[in-house]
Amino acid sequence: METLISWAIDVALALLVVSLAWRALASTDLFKAIVLFIAFGLVLTLVWVRLNATDVALAEAAIGAGVTGALLLAAYAKLRATSPDAIVDRAGGISGIGAISLLILILLVAAALGYAVWTLPSDYTGLGKEVAANLDQSGVSNPVTAVLLNFRGYDTLLEIMVLLLALLGAWSLGITIPRPEAAPGLVLDTLSRLLVPLLILVAAYLLWVGAHAPGGAFQAGAVLAAAGVLMLLSGRELPAALATWPLRLALVLGPATFLMLAVITLILEGRVLKLSPEWAGRLILIIETTATISIGVTLTALFMGAPPGEEDR
Amino acid sequence: MTTSDYLSVALLTTGGLFFLAGTFGLLRFPDVFTRLHALTKADNVGLGLTVAGLALQVDSWAVAGKLLLIWLLALLAGATVSYLIAQGALRLGIRPWKR
Amino acid sequence: MQTLLFTLVLFLILNLGVGMWRVLRGPTTADRMLAAQLLGTTAVAILLLLAEATGSAALRDVALVLALLATVTAVAFVRRTLPYSENANDDE
Repeated sequence: METLISWAIDVALALLVVSLAWRALASTDLFKAIVLFIAFGLVLTLVWVRLNATDVALAEAAIGAGVTGALLLAAYAKLRATSPDAIVDRAGGISGIGAISLLILILLVAAALGYAVWTLPSDYTGLGKEVAANLDQSGVSNPVTAVLLNFRGYDTLLEIMVLLLALLGAWSLGITIPRPEAAPGLVLDTLSRLLVPLLILVAAYLLWVGAHAPGGAFQAGAVLAAAGVLMLLSGRELPAALATWPLRLALVLGPATFLMLAVITLILEGRVLKLSPEWAGRLILIIETTATISIGVTLTALFMGAPPGEEDR
Repeated sequence: MTTSDYLSVALLTTGGLFFLAGTFGLLRFPDVFTRLHALTKADNVGLGLTVAGLALQVDSWAVAGKLLLIWLLALLAGATVSYLIAQGALRLGIRPWKR
Repeated sequence: MQTLLFTLVLFLILNLGVGMWRVLRGPTTADRMLAAQLLGTTAVAILLLLAEATGSAALRDVALVLALLATVTAVAFVRRTLPYSENANDDE
């Protein structure tokens, strides 16, 4: 009975996630597409849970369903205020030759992926065994954190750089997101007074728990960003004194620490980000803490739009 | 099954029914204000009963506390967001439904 | 008990699917957003039930993060998007 229900759950989720994705892409109403994308993020979180990838589910919940939703809504407001034509008359998707060639391309990719899975040796178990065998050398006991911050640390280093580049790209466009005139009001003010400390606490918890259970810098950074976004939304602006070098320092703190460690390990150990087992735990905590701060500040800055002080340009 | 198990089953099932009622109201009610009313039933009571039912089954106080925290959070968020959406909709000039 | 928990999860996922209709239908932006709020709360309940059914405590953290961030998304909608939405009375 239970297997049958489990199976029904997976089928229902699979149908739901595909239909939401299709609806979000096919929608001609931009706002509808955004809400469908948020719903897609929610369902995708559940899909990752069913696949036993709790770390990814946590990241999807924080970034996919959370921060991205807020960013898209702000971008929609900006479009609506400055170029309403871009929203109202979005053409009804692609048609004709474009659609057919896209379909062929998608089928080819699907066939290639299917072939790759099909040709895997039947006794293939992935790299899980190697990770488990070396876990006690990594300084942490959560295998996902061990892979992300130790065994393949350079992947994470590059991901953090990508986030910083995204912000520089947004800044170079000089986008200002319009802020409505209405005062936040007592209710919203109270909500943010209660939630902001709680969000910061949860971010710290996720950072700490990442060493032995699902959690880590990206999830914690996204929750930290949610605190920043909530403060911006309830009418608190970044003080001018902090908008200059302290902001920029917070932005590069994580990437710079990570990069410095990469250079030091290259010189001392001969390999980039080769962490010696007796130091690994502490080094990972330092990287993750600085990365959390930088990710949180970067995502908040993305929500803010133009670099502070240059909005009137 | 012990008494607390039976109670837990009753709470969980009732919670599920409130989610159903909330979804039904969301689909059937005529305007945004009445739909908000349906939404909060699922938010507050549905999740509340689910949390209560689950809290009877967990074996540590810390986990029960975390469940309670999530519910309190949903209560706070649900009430605030509903108020803000209703206020925004009124400001926008959406007229409440009249029979 | 296990069977009941999984049945409830399936039931709530079907609820999610039905609630999607309101996101598609609208008509106002507020309608779509509050449908998304209901989907969020339902997902939180699903995660809590799954945490108990599968004995995976970390799912409660996922539920906590989802509940927190859904709130921030909703506030972003109210403060940024809603003031620029059009009055959709005529569509009804």
